[in-house]
Amino acid sequence: MHLSPDEIILWQFGLFKINATIAYTWLLMGVLVIGSKLVTRKLSMGLQRTRWQNLLEILVTGIQQQIAEVGLHQPRKYLGFVGTLFLFVASAALFTVIPGYEPPTGSLSTTAALAICVFVAVPMFGIAESGIVEYFREYLQPTVIMLPFNIISELSRTLALAVRLFGNMMSGAMILAILLTITPYIFPIALSVLGLLTGMVQAYIFSILATVYIAAATRTGKPAPKSAKTQAT
Amino acid sequence: MLIDWFTVIAQIVNFLILVWLLKRFLYKPILDAIDAREKRIAKELADAAAKMAEAQKEHDEFQRKNEEFEQQREALLNKATEEAQTERQRLLDAARQAADTLLAKRQEALRNDAQNLHQELSRLTRQEVFAIARKALADLTDTSLEQRMVEAFMRRLREMDEQSKAGLTHTLQTTSDPALVRSAFDLPEPQRAAIQQTLNETFSAKINLRFETAPNLISGIELIANGQKVAWSIADYLTSLDKAVDDLLKQQKDKADAATQASAKSDLNTQIGKRAYEIYEKQGHKDGQAANNWEEAEREIRQEKYPAKVEPAHKAKAALKPEAKAEPELKAKAEPETEAEPKPEATEASKPEVKTKAAPDVEAIDTPKPEAKAETKPEAKTAPKTEAVDTPKPDAKAEPKPEEAKPAPKSQ
Repeated sequence: MHLSPDEIILWQFGLFKINATIAYTWLLMGVLVIGSKLVTRKLSMGLQRTRWQNLLEILVTGIQQQIAEVGLHQPRKYLGFVGTLFLFVASAALFTVIPGYEPPTGSLSTTAALAICVFVAVPMFGIAESGIVEYFREYLQPTVIMLPFNIISELSRTLALAVRLFGNMMSGAMILAILLTITPYIFPIALSVLGLLTGMVQAYIFSILATVYIAAATRTGKPAPKSAKTQAT
Repeated sequence: MLIDWFTVIAQIVNFLILVWLLKRFLYKPILDAIDAREKRIAKELADAAAKMAEAQKEHDEFQRKNEEFEQQREALLNKATEEAQTERQRLLDAARQAADTLLAKRQEALRNDAQNLHQELSRLTRQEVFAIARKALADLTDTSLEQRMVEAFMRRLREMDEQSKAGLTHTLQTTSDPALVRSAFDLPEPQRAAIQQTLNETFSAKINLRFETAPNLISGIELIANGQKVAWSIADYLTSLDKAVDDLLKQQKDKADAATQASAKSDLNTQIGKRAYEIYEKQGHKDGQAANNWEEAEREIRQEKYPAKVEPAHKAKAALKPEAKAEPELKAKAEPETEAEPKPEATEASKPEVKTKAAPDVEAIDTPKPEAKAETKPEAKTAPKTEAVDTPKPDAKAEPKPEEAKPAPKSQ
């Protein structure tokens, strides 16, 4: 019994090692990229299009719409980052239906990596949007005294993001494993379905939170971001 | 420790690679495709809107034109109807006028015919009477006609009334020129002597006489002295006869006129025409019924007017028949010219409208009754026929058909 797929080491050479997390991540990447490439290889510009293209269009436009709803005025600029977050997390949760699969998001390393990405991306998007001076001046708002609190807020929310995703994904896999030993057959299946649901919800929450942070960072001098959404989860 | 930092870094790298790959293979092409499609749809919609607007505009234009056309059509129709009405009225008037003119012409022609016939009859009568008289005299006596004439002349001289005798005597005595005795024939010597003697006796004076032959004197003899004249000639009788005939004719004509007016003959056809037109209107201006309408109208009018017709009996016979013998020849001669019995064809031809609609009986009615002519015949055996009533043929009026406006008055 192991808590994280990190512990399954497939190959190791000194400091370099390939564990289950990295391997399954590559698998997911491969599936996503090859699938996308296959579908977008022959895109139709007209009204008639394939079902796969339709599916991808729904996905992309849906993500775009969500980003816009949060309050970002140029959703395409953030689509690559936010969309990839969502797709990766969602597909990681979705693949749990395959026996023997360990979701890479069940590893705190992966969620930490994603959280670090968000942590870095948010100030980058903010600086790109309003300039470096303007962005860092935000930390001094409303007074200079608030600077440490602002920094702490930044760090803590990144940590929260990572742990939340990790906890959900790991617990899902863990509970499934425990239940399999206690009550095989039907009950784990029900929980597995529940796990799928929570996985999707987590993917949504993770990407939406990232979007909200980005929106907060880029909205300099504009009305304050909706903090209600931040607190909701 | 749950966090393996190597894995963390590896996952960060993996994630960034995934971001780049998905951007490259998923988001960009999909978004491009969507953009292209949206652009295309927008363009098509814009095109459709433009086309719709254009169609609407054209539709409006068409509707407007349609309305305009409708109005124009209405106006034209009204105008045409009005014009047709006017034209119809004009044609009707013209037809009536033409019919009237024709009628007048025909009446004039009839009158002329009557006059010509009358003159011809007079001439013939004169000649015939003369010939008959001459023949009768010659047959009855041994003496020649001339001798008888001379005798008659002498008797007249003797029987002259006192007043004219005195006047003539005075003239004869005062003038130095010889008195002129003209005769249509050459007077033989004994007769000349007899005349000389008679004159001498009558005027108790010696009268100078000059004898002359004047063939244009119609079988007579006359004495002319300084503007005064004593004559005897058959022409005198003929004149008397002529006068008698004239009187008779006038009398009959008056009678006929009176009868015509009394029975309003000339109005008859006018009335029939009016009635026919009423029927025509009542039937809703149905064309092609003219003949039937006319018949019906005529029947009605006739029943109203002449339940029983009294024919004015003209008895010309009594008036003149100088010599019974004369009749056959007279008749024979007179007929060809007189047209006493108007032939149906002739009548028809003279009427322009008959061709188109006149019912058969109409012609009968219309037969122009040259009664005047008929009556002028000395024998006058031709009793005026009953149709005399119907004489007037102004049927032309009755048919107010525009086509008849161009009557072909060829017959006359």
